[in-house]
Amino acid sequence: MSDTSVHASVHGAPTSFIRKYVFSLDHKVIGLQYYALAFVAVFTGMVLSWIMRLHLVWPNSPIPGLGWLAKVGAPGGVVTPEYYLQLLTMHGTLMVFFVLTNAPFAAFGNYFLPIQIGAEDMAFPRFNMMSFWTTFVAFCILISAFFVGDGPPLSGWTGYAPLSAVGADAGPGQGVGQSLWGISIFVFCIASLLGSLNFIATTLDLRTKGMTLARMPIVTWAWFITSCIALLAFAVLMPACLLLILDRVAGTSFFVPAGLNVADHIQPHQGGSPLLWQHLFWFFGHPEVYIAILPAIGIVSHILICNMRKNMLSHRVIIYCMMAIGFLSYMVWGHHMFVSGMNPFSAIVFSFPTLMITIPATIMTLIWLGSLYGSNLRINSASLFCLGFISMFVSGGVSGFFLAQPSIDIYLHATYFVVGHFHMVMGVAAIMGVFAGTYFWFPKMTGRMMNETLGRWHFFLTLIGTYAIFMPFHYLGLAGNVRRYSAFQDDFLVPLIPVHKFITYAALFTGAAQLIFVANFVYSRFKGPKASANPWECTSLEWSTPSSPPPFDNFGGEHPVVYHDPYQYGVKGSTGDYVMQTSPEQAGAAS
Amino acid sequence: MATILQPPRAAVEHERTSDHPVGSGGGFRNLIPEGGSLRLVKGSSGEPTRTGIWVGLAAIAMSFAALTSALYVREGSGYTDWTHITLPSILWFNTLALILSSVTLERARHCVAAYMRGNQTIRSVPMVWLNATLALGLVFVAGQYFAWLKLRSEGLYLPTNPNSSFFYVLTGVHAIHVLGGLGGLARVMVKFRGAAVSLRRSTVDATSYYWHFMGVLWMYLLLILWLKL
Repeated sequence: MSDTSVHASVHGAPTSFIRKYVFSLDHKVIGLQYYALAFVAVFTGMVLSWIMRLHLVWPNSPIPGLGWLAKVGAPGGVVTPEYYLQLLTMHGTLMVFFVLTNAPFAAFGNYFLPIQIGAEDMAFPRFNMMSFWTTFVAFCILISAFFVGDGPPLSGWTGYAPLSAVGADAGPGQGVGQSLWGISIFVFCIASLLGSLNFIATTLDLRTKGMTLARMPIVTWAWFITSCIALLAFAVLMPACLLLILDRVAGTSFFVPAGLNVADHIQPHQGGSPLLWQHLFWFFGHPEVYIAILPAIGIVSHILICNMRKNMLSHRVIIYCMMAIGFLSYMVWGHHMFVSGMNPFSAIVFSFPTLMITIPATIMTLIWLGSLYGSNLRINSASLFCLGFISMFVSGGVSGFFLAQPSIDIYLHATYFVVGHFHMVMGVAAIMGVFAGTYFWFPKMTGRMMNETLGRWHFFLTLIGTYAIFMPFHYLGLAGNVRRYSAFQDDFLVPLIPVHKFITYAALFTGAAQLIFVANFVYSRFKGPKASANPWECTSLEWSTPSSPPPFDNFGGEHPVVYHDPYQYGVKGSTGDYVMQTSPEQAGAAS
Repeated sequence: MATILQPPRAAVEHERTSDHPVGSGGGFRNLIPEGGSLRLVKGSSGEPTRTGIWVGLAAIAMSFAALTSALYVREGSGYTDWTHITLPSILWFNTLALILSSVTLERARHCVAAYMRGNQTIRSVPMVWLNATLALGLVFVAGQYFAWLKLRSEGLYLPTNPNSSFFYVLTGVHAIHVLGGLGGLARVMVKFRGAAVSLRRSTVDATSYYWHFMGVLWMYLLLILWLKL
């Protein structure tokens, strides 16, 4: 180890507080920073959804404190229709970018990808640090929209042009707020590109001895495939944001058509194409769905295998399915635009690959269910959330069959059916994956165990609560309830108000249930029972680190050497029914 | 000569012998130092730099694919405001400068390699070529600026019409990337000029891949501009 001292200056362990916890180069600290940011974002987004739900069912009741926070948007605490849309925009943007992209991918990926391949850090630690802090800046820019001008934008998380491109004429928040939104997303793209680049280079180049690509755990593969998707998707969103910002500030006409009259003003633009924004946005937007869900698929598969004590029927096929989904994700963006006015024939072209995506998704589901069948699954909070993920993934995914067909989508488009679909399959399912990952890796990240009883309460209340919220959305959509409306005054909508009341109660209840998780998380972090090095008897490399949390260089100056495929369970090993990837012993047949 | 050249790498590639129990190796270039820290791998081997630059170029290529697709969609969006502008002739001169800069950089790369191998002892030889590349790169960016001034003098500003918008956006975004390349080149030169050369081959290689890519990208953009504007 004589070399270590000589080269310590290359990337030595930091000593000052700032370098250790704030501007840290350590991928583990950066992973936790991403996790913390996602934590803040998810609670902010959840509170926004609460305000929306409360307003929907009690449109004239003031919400305590809101009048003080949003003097223009909610005078006296009563949300205006415009402010409802502003809340909706911020809820979507926060959740999609800062929660669903950050938590399962950037947070857990940063923390565990290098350890799982036996590396000491990411390939480019400085880029990694920049990536997080750029994300943080993007977050601050977005949140600042609440406090400037007339509030945040109201054009939705999709920022559809021309509404998003014409400036203050388009409504409250469409001036400064929309510009801040565009800049925030642009900056977020830079951060995501840096992060993806790092993940790819790390996976390809820094795998330890014996860690072939085929020996990487499913979740490592999931992060790798996700980073490939993110690299190409954010590379398209970034120039799209640039063009949007230019339309707003420089008077160009990329997205604004000629002669557009907004608020009795003919907009000073020529023949831009609003559809161009939709094409560019959804070329990013659909892969984004898989950026959120693939890491969760990986996390869930990884945890289930450990708790089933046997490999999946074929863990390789799951990896191939993830690749297929990643590939197909670039061919389906038009299914978000069936009613946009694009050529109806192109709808068929986009419908076909969309339905094709159900094939790998179904294969994966069948592998999970087939593997679970007859296994002695160890029931714990993490494995329960994995089951919850599968349940949500299937329930939310099934409605995708309907929406993928243009003729049915014409009826269901922009209704609550769509809202129910994507909240279940993309939102809740991915969050279930994040919860599963948190309960599973908490001992490694903190050195302490989380409380199992509270974890199970958290799971069952969350499962019941999320179903109670999002299943009725499908019914509302079929009944013709259009999304984004802030009040229900039409005859056919009034009978649906009791359903909305039920959903609001369920949302408040489910949100409150998350406090169990917060309490468990905080309490266990400081007072939880000490965790052993490998409490789940898992085989992958993150459980072979000498301590929990792992030391600065992950393996305490050792180089792990990998001898096995990732999932040697149900065998006869010296430590039990499993053989670690780093153990040179040959697995015997199960007794 | 006060120069002490850093050893190429303090890391050795794993032999991948068939009798080894772990089978084939890990990462593409699986560099693990003998008896050193894994951090050293990153510190001393620049291999991920090469991978990283290819990945980065893929992202840049995708961005420009998006922008040029936008150009085609915008042109075909059925409105009548698509006109034609005459490309400033200085663009051809700029193109020549960029092509030449690739040639000089390639010469520089060979000279640096020769210097590092010890075949070449005079440090000023690679420096001349690096300086030439830097100068040609600056000439290119300055030339692009003159092209913009030319358009301005014709009354063609960013928002004037879609053609001028795309011209400024495509050339502007490309110029920003070229400036990034010049920054990388300057970094290579600083590292090479230092008292003890701390330059790694992979850094030079990555910088040159990036630079050549900027040339190819410019050719592609010029073709699009020439055909469509």
